[in-house]
Amino acid sequence: MSEHIVSPKIYVMIFLSLMAGTGLTVWAAFRNFGPFNIVIALAIASFKATLVVLYFMHARYSPRRTHLVIVSSVFWLAIMLVLTLSDYNTR
Amino acid sequence: MHRTGELYGHFQTLEQQKESAALGMWVFLVTEVLFFGGLFMTYTINRQAFSTAFGVGSNTLDIELGGFNTAFLIMSSLTMAMAVWSAQVGKKQLVSIFLIATLALGTVFLGIKVIEYKQKFDHHLIPGHDFDVMYRTAHPTAADKPSDMAVEKEELEKAFAKDPDLNAHAQLYFSLYFGMTGLHALHMIVGAGLLIWLIKGSFKGRFTPQYNTPVEIVGLYWHFVDIVWIYLFPLLYLIDRHR
Repeated sequence: MSEHIVSPKIYVMIFLSLMAGTGLTVWAAFRNFGPFNIVIALAIASFKATLVVLYFMHARYSPRRTHLVIVSSVFWLAIMLVLTLSDYNTR
Repeated sequence: MHRTGELYGHFQTLEQQKESAALGMWVFLVTEVLFFGGLFMTYTINRQAFSTAFGVGSNTLDIELGGFNTAFLIMSSLTMAMAVWSAQVGKKQLVSIFLIATLALGTVFLGIKVIEYKQKFDHHLIPGHDFDVMYRTAHPTAADKPSDMAVEKEELEKAFAKDPDLNAHAQLYFSLYFGMTGLHALHMIVGAGLLIWLIKGSFKGRFTPQYNTPVEIVGLYWHFVDIVWIYLFPLLYLIDRHR
């Protein structure tokens, strides 16, 4: 198994997408979408984070045990957020 | 420890050694996700409870400085990724150049952060005895446009009508602002130290297509710190801009 080398072209494309995402976040923040402002902001941020993890951090080309570690981090974070917020929001 | 070149005795191949190191870094990053996650959790609960004060606090931040900083950090992630690529294809000089570029962009980020913190000190927005959300509108300087200050004063008065304890609750926002951006900045400082170590190694020509694990591992860390900022920017700077 030889290592996968990501080409600079892909890196530059990811960089441009991240910059566009930043612009979009700022644009959306100045418009009133009611309760959806925060949803839109977090959706764009999560999309950007996914691009960074998959390409800059080479997760897409990593072994499956690395995928397991990444998914488990999201899973444990979700446990903390969901259980704590469901407590606070139902008091 | 027994070592042949860069290969330590308890590994069979450099490939296996690199995969193990990357896995170890990922496991560390999981603990970091939960470390920052606790702060994001605290932020969410307090913002739900004191949304007016959090909106007021967020609108005092400078969107241009924050936006430029986001751009610099994303750019530094690109140069970091390019440093990894340069090592993988054996362009030793480019490794040094991209690592230095990454360090420079990270330093610019920290410098802008200093300017932002200084503004908060000047405007009495540091949680504690002298904290006063009205300070800036009550003591405008020559740089503050009177029309902007009038708008800000009106918004603050509306906010006080909604939340009479605005001063106390805005301090919660600023405690979280300094706590979260401060912890992020601390990670950047650690990253800058690691980059200096890498740059020294790259000057000696240490990173080759066969062995570039340190560049790859520090890269993982640097990109993680970028991801934290990707969430911090909208949550701290942009929550109440649409009025």
